[in-house]
Formats: sequence, C-alpha cells, structure tokens
Amino acid sequence: MTFHIGPYFENLINWLKDSFPGFFDGIGSGLEAFIESFEFILGWLPPWAMIVLLTLLAWWACGWRNWGLALFSVAGFSLIYLMELWAITMQTLALVLTSTLVALAIGIPLGIYSGRSARGEKLVRPVLDFMQTMPAFVYLIPAVLFFSLGKVPGAVATVIFGMPPCVRLTTLGLRQVPLEAVEASNAFGCTPWQQLFKVQLPMALPSILAGVNQTIMLALSMVVISAMIGAGGLGEQVLRGITQLKIGMGFEGGLAIVILAMYLDRVTHALGSHSQQKQQG
Amino acid sequence: MDNESPPDAPDPLIEVRSLYKIFGSRLSEARRMLDAGRPRAEILKKTGGTPAVVNANFSIHRRETFVIMGLSGSGKSTLLRLLNRLIEPTHGEILVDGEDIAQLGRSALRELRRRKFAMVFQHFGLLPHRNVIENVAFGLEIQDVAADVCHKKAVEAIESVGLDGYEDSAISALSGGMQQRVGLARALATNPEILLMDEAFSALDPLIRTQMQDELADLQARLQKTVVFITHDLDEALKLGDRIAIMKDGVIDQIGTPEAILTEPATDYVRTFVENVDRSKVLTAGSVMKRTCVVASHKDGPHLAVRLMQQNNLSSLFVVGQDRRFLGMVNIDNALAEAKKGGRELGPIVQRDVPTVDEVTYLRDMIPVASETRIPIPVLRENGTMAGIVSRAVLLSALSSKNGDES
Repeated sequence: MTFHIGPYFENLINWLKDSFPGFFDGIGSGLEAFIESFEFILGWLPPWAMIVLLTLLAWWACGWRNWGLALFSVAGFSLIYLMELWAITMQTLALVLTSTLVALAIGIPLGIYSGRSARGEKLVRPVLDFMQTMPAFVYLIPAVLFFSLGKVPGAVATVIFGMPPCVRLTTLGLRQVPLEAVEASNAFGCTPWQQLFKVQLPMALPSILAGVNQTIMLALSMVVISAMIGAGGLGEQVLRGITQLKIGMGFEGGLAIVILAMYLDRVTHALGSHSQQKQQG
Repeated sequence: MDNESPPDAPDPLIEVRSLYKIFGSRLSEARRMLDAGRPRAEILKKTGGTPAVVNANFSIHRRETFVIMGLSGSGKSTLLRLLNRLIEPTHGEILVDGEDIAQLGRSALRELRRRKFAMVFQHFGLLPHRNVIENVAFGLEIQDVAADVCHKKAVEAIESVGLDGYEDSAISALSGGMQQRVGLARALATNPEILLMDEAFSALDPLIRTQMQDELADLQARLQKTVVFITHDLDEALKLGDRIAIMKDGVIDQIGTPEAILTEPATDYVRTFVENVDRSKVLTAGSVMKRTCVVASHKDGPHLAVRLMQQNNLSSLFVVGQDRRFLGMVNIDNALAEAKKGGRELGPIVQRDVPTVDEVTYLRDMIPVASETRIPIPVLRENGTMAGIVSRAVLLSALSSKNGDES
C-alpha cells in the first residue's frame, strides 16, 4: 500500500492561491513597497556617506570606546565599493533588513505569547520545528507560486527561515525571568501589560536581542538561495559565479556577504551586551 | 516587639477559615480523603493531588507580627501566598477587613494588592534593570502616582531603611543585606497595612541577618504594620513574633506566643522542635515567677513582720506600699530590734537597694542579678507594683529544663 501526502499539499496550495488572490497580492505589494523604500533610502546617499554612517553606527554601538569594529567597517565597506559591488550589496541589505523586521514583528509577539502561556508554547513549538527543519528549498516553491518570481518570494522565504530563533529566544528570555520578580509584580498589583513591559520584557531583553542577531544572520544565509528565484543582490553575483564557473566573481560576491554578515553580527551583538551590562551594573 | 504579650485589644485584620490548598487534580476528592485522615502518600497515589495547606483556621491581629514557622515543604510559603492570592485557594475563606478576598474579581484583587499588601521576598525579587530608587518607586509607579510624589515617597522609604545616598546605585552593586533593604523599602513605599515577608532574611549571612531582624523590630515599633513573617528558623520566629504558628505537612500544629510555644508545646512535633532552643533568650521573669509570696505592707508593724517571717520560716520579707507598690525588704534581725525598741512602723528599717527585675526581663539578663543576691528576686510590673518573685532555684531549673516543666 502506498500513500502520498504530496498531492494533497499541492491541492491545498492551489486552492489557497485561487481562493485568496487578493490576500497574497496585498502581502506581495506591501512587501515590495517595503523593500523598495529601503533600497531607495540606502541608495540615496552616495557610497562614501553611507560608509561614514555605517562606521559611526558601529562605533556608537560599541559605546565609543572600542574602535576596532569601526575600523573594520571602513575597511570592509570600502573594499565592497572598490569591488564595484556597492549597489547590489545595498539591495541585499534592503532585503535582509525587510525580512528581519517582518520576522521580528511576527516573531517577538509570538515568542511573548508562548513565553507567557503554557498552551501557547505547546501550539507554537511544533510550528517552529517545522519551519526550522523543513529544507528552505521546499518552501521556496510555494512562495514562488503565491508571489511569482522576484524579491517578494525571496523575502517571504527568508522570513520563514529566519523567524524561529527569534521566537524561541524571546520565549526563553521570558521564562528565564526569576519567578520572584514576576511574583513581586503581581504582589504589588501590576496589570498584565505593566508586568510585561515593566518587568518581563526589560529582563528578557538580552535574550531577545540574541534572537534578533540570530534572525539577521539566518536572513543573510538565505541570500544565495533566494537569488535562485530572482531576488537579485549579492546572491545573484555568487550564483552567476557558480554557473559560469567564474571563481573570482563568486568569491568577491561571497566575500561581500561575509563582510556584511560580520558587520551586522558585531553591531547587534554590541547593542545586546550593552543592555546586559546595564542590568549587571 | 520586645514584649511577648499580644498587642492590646486583639483586632482581627485577616481571618482565615477552613482554608485548603491542594496542588494537582481531582481536588474535592483529595479534600474528602484529607478530612477523613488518609495519609498524604495515599492521597497522592489515588488522586494525584499534593496537599500544601490543610484546613487552616486562624486570625491575624492588626499591628501584630505573626510568624508562620515550618521546615521546607511544610506549606508555609503557600499559606503566605494564599493571603494575597498569588496562589488560588482550593477551598475556604480569607477575610481581610471582613471582605472575603477569595471571591474578588481580577481588578478588585489588583486594587487590594496595591492598597493593603506589600511583599518582601527571600531572594529579594528586585528588578536588575532599574536602580535603587526606581525599584523602590515600583509599587507607586504602577498605581500611576504622579512622578514627584513617587520620588518623594521613595526617598522617604529609602531613608527609613537607612539606604540614603544609594538612590542611584545599580542593584547589582549592592550586597545581599542592602538588596533586601531595597526590597523592604519597596514594600514600605506604598504604605501598606500588611507586610508579607517570605523568608525575608533567610538568604542573608548570620550577622547581617541579626542586624536586619533588629531593624525590622525597630521599624515595626515605629510604623505599627501588620506583619506576616515566614521563616524556617525557630530562633528568628521567637525573636520577631508576637504570635507564632507552627506548620507541619500543611497543618498548623500550634498557634501561640513564643512563651506558650516553649512552655506548652501542643504536639510532639512542636516539642521536639523547641527542645534545643536557648530558653534564656525567650523566657521572661514574668513567665517563670511565683505569683504568690508573703509580703508585708508598709503599714504593718515590726511585730507582724516578725510573726510572718517565723510562720513562713523566712529570714527576710519584701515590703510593699499602697497599691502593692514595691518598697524594699526587711530582714529578721532589724525587725526584731525595731520591735524591741517599740517601733510601730516598718518604714525606717526597710532596705531600699534591693535588686529587682521587670516582668519582661529575659532570664539571660537575670543571671548577673541572681549571682549578686542570695534572696529571691522580686519581679515588678511596669507601674512598679510587685508581680511575684523568682528564686534562684526556679531560675536555674527554668534554664535547664528541656520541656518547659518549671517546677
């Protein structure tokens, strides 16, 4: 006896696509506008001004003390500019920022829900397992069916891929708040919102920021995969390098991704340890 | 707080009636089995329920310090949390000012917690992302008190626990004792009627702990709150409590003053518990004294005094004035001489430099007095009248007795 679940899934996808075209079109054009406005902002300033800005941001994130990261920013982004990859790097950055923001906007509230309710955690966990272990290529196909080719399905796939750690670390952060602090907030008569915003979220902040960091890194690791469905950016450069066997071209694209990844990781990490230091005095 | 007697005119603020808390499932069945006296292991096996508080009935008086004492797992922390419903009761009534808080809705309960209760935690329960003054102001802040009033009250509370100057310090920069002062200040800032203290000093090292106990006693003397204090330390319970409830396996074994607990333990459990206590720190002259003793009145003549001494086989006699106010002592030689001279009053021969103690003097503090004198020590009431005497024999036996048997 054989049983294939695949056809049913296919039917479901087709049904969804045919039944709610307005819904998916709406999401698609919303995301597209989001990505394009990021691209516009990032491309608006001349590269040298952007390099200065990104460097200052890194320096500030380190609390103006440590200038190592600032130095790395200047060198790294200048190299990207000199390799003539500036424009597509900004495209990739726009896609990564959009996907990350959407992932956080969905992931953090979901993490709060599952952090505050045992039933919430039971509901959310299997979904996260699914999102994390299902190979990214597999949900690339339905993404294309819903949103056709381009940046939007790339962003959707990236959101799905990048969201789980943000949810998990938000949940973990909330669960790690000492019981007595939560009890104290109840004993003094906090409303649920006061408890969340004055006690739980501030104390979970380091963990939540670690989740943000992970989401950004995962978004970057999706760059090449989403280039396969026409998301453009640095991923396309790498893909072209592979398919045309141009080793140098692929390497340059890959190097630019690495520089971007290290920059974003160090900056968010520095911001995270900031908030942790504030808690530990 | 130095006084072992219950506060004047007991005025119940919190009344607990047949209160149960059972964790787990099939609660009513578990409660029926409990009432039928089935053992805990059987209840757990049959219903999956763990009883934490079993049929608690007591009242806490306004302005008293009520200590709930028990070892870990005795249900004392659960009982405390039932009082402000941090834990929901399974069954029973909790009356605060006559209002059954078990029946309150969410917002009414929140109001009650804001207005009447404040809580101090074993591990402080402070918010590390806030500095000292922001922590202390927390209870006021969530009541939407205006910022300047918040600040003013927080500063006052910080001063009352002796932390002035640390307003802007980070919590992590403070020692454990100082952190608990912040916890105490936070509780005092909202000016609550009832302070719930959950093993508040248990996490502190012994020296700081004693210091905090003394300061709590001082604060309590000034502020006159109703304090419910949880501890597993009998010495702490005896030191702080006006009354003590001793819990075991969710059941309150005995409620009474520290002295009653020591001298009349209600169960074997309480008896074994109090056996090793240093009684000299707890028992007072008033509790071990002999209430009846032969005294002469200052109006009696020396003849009568001599006869009283001969009848009772004494060599000296205490003399009291009007209203039994203590005057001093006469010995038989002086009385005989005065009688021979034809004197009619004891007044001239009364020795007034007799060492005395108060009713509330601890036995520990009587030892130096007893070592100086060979006669029994007169015990005086606050108003100077004579309450009784403590002989050296009584003192020694009270100090050495293990089971509160004073004779």
